[in-house]
Amino acid sequence: MSVKNRMSGNEAVANAIRQINPDVIAAFPITPSTEIPQYVSSFKADGLIDTEFIAVESEHSAMSACIGASAAGVRAMTATSSAGMALMYELLYVAASDRLPIVLAAVNRALTGPININADHSDSMGARDAGWIQLYSENAQEAYDNMLMAHRIAEHPDVMLPIMICQDGFITSHAIENILLEDDGPVKKFVGEYKPHKYLLNTEEALAVGPYSVSPFVIEMKRAEHEAMKNAKQVILDVSADFAKTFGRSYGFFEEYRMEDAEVGVLLMSSAAGTAKDAVDKLRERGVKAGLVKLRAFRPFPNDELAEALKGLKALAIMDRSDGFSATGGPLNAEVRAALYGKADTKITGYIYGLGGRDIRVEDFEDIFGELADMLTGTELPYCRYRGVRE
Amino acid sequence: MDKKNLMEGITELSPWTDITPGGFVYGSGNSESFNTGDWRTRTPVWKQENCRQCLLCFPVCPDSSIPIRDGKRADFDFGHCKGCAICAEICPFGAIDIQTDGEGADE
Repeated sequence: MSVKNRMSGNEAVANAIRQINPDVIAAFPITPSTEIPQYVSSFKADGLIDTEFIAVESEHSAMSACIGASAAGVRAMTATSSAGMALMYELLYVAASDRLPIVLAAVNRALTGPININADHSDSMGARDAGWIQLYSENAQEAYDNMLMAHRIAEHPDVMLPIMICQDGFITSHAIENILLEDDGPVKKFVGEYKPHKYLLNTEEALAVGPYSVSPFVIEMKRAEHEAMKNAKQVILDVSADFAKTFGRSYGFFEEYRMEDAEVGVLLMSSAAGTAKDAVDKLRERGVKAGLVKLRAFRPFPNDELAEALKGLKALAIMDRSDGFSATGGPLNAEVRAALYGKADTKITGYIYGLGGRDIRVEDFEDIFGELADMLTGTELPYCRYRGVRE
Repeated sequence: MDKKNLMEGITELSPWTDITPGGFVYGSGNSESFNTGDWRTRTPVWKQENCRQCLLCFPVCPDSSIPIRDGKRADFDFGHCKGCAICAEICPFGAIDIQTDGEGADE
């Protein structure tokens, strides 16, 4: 049964972890994800979980400990943000290459510098090529739901890749929201037990994990990793469908909001989608055919499905919460444009917004939709601009 | 747990679909089937006429490249010998010569 509750995104994710009761958590505190291991420590002290909690001395060590634990054959989790994730980068690639289904609760925060503790996506966008599955959450409910699905996606035999469940720092992680919390029993049944195919602590079979790979094998290993990420697409859909059947909330690669007959639309990820939906509703009341696509799965990237969802739009704004410093636009802008290339005549412009927690308001989105309307009457808009910057 | 090499079927010609997930190495003792001797730039030559079979050489070999059969050393395993010359250094009887590549016979 679902129970109505109210809690922050961090508390929601911590409760998902309590229900999953993973074998190992290795984590180091960093704002704004600190509360997650803090709650988990309390759960352990209170005897609610029997997780081995490893209080490591850095995030590099946190991911290293997760790799060791996962290779040993158990469920390993961690939580981090910003510079903490950056300190993990080296090991993120190792975890993915070793095909270890580690689950990471990412609370998105600006990557230093300048040093700042607030939300943007520069931390996980920097890890976008690491071989991790990335799911982004709009609110506490989605962060909780995504976390309940994480292990089944990562541990699927066709996938065996690590996964990070992302939510926006403070906006989602610290705001108290209404949430439907599922009962422990059904959650444990849904998540199930982890039965690794090969693992280091198996006394019956010898095994080496993470060996040096000479040139005649590296490209074959990467090709296999590539296939695993492709396989993750179907597994995400299957696990999400089972989640919908079990708990009644539906998820796909992305959410389409009022897109049926939309002519102008925005594409974005995470918490700003809630704000943008308000703007879409307001514009709809005024007769503007506005819509929104909120991307949930950035890795694997749902190229064809996204093109199909967006190609009916006459004008589209792609919103990046990180820069990427290609000197053209953010990573989402580039990848979504590539998905649409040759498939649509949609006029596209890009925005970089919300860096370091800069607020984006309903009025900002109304302005953006206004600019999209101008595009339809011939105004040329640049490939990408900053939004919400003082000029 | 028996020493068992389960990787024999995977070679440098194997397609990517046959590589183990994550490059995991199943079983143990598979270094025997991985030929690393081509890194060698110097080559030991065993002079049997000088050898007294004292067996001081084989335990110091870092690559287990001096095989022992029936209590006696046999010729070098050039599939794994790197030519480090520790064996020549330890030999009290001058039964191991070291040749650098291009100077003499290799294998």
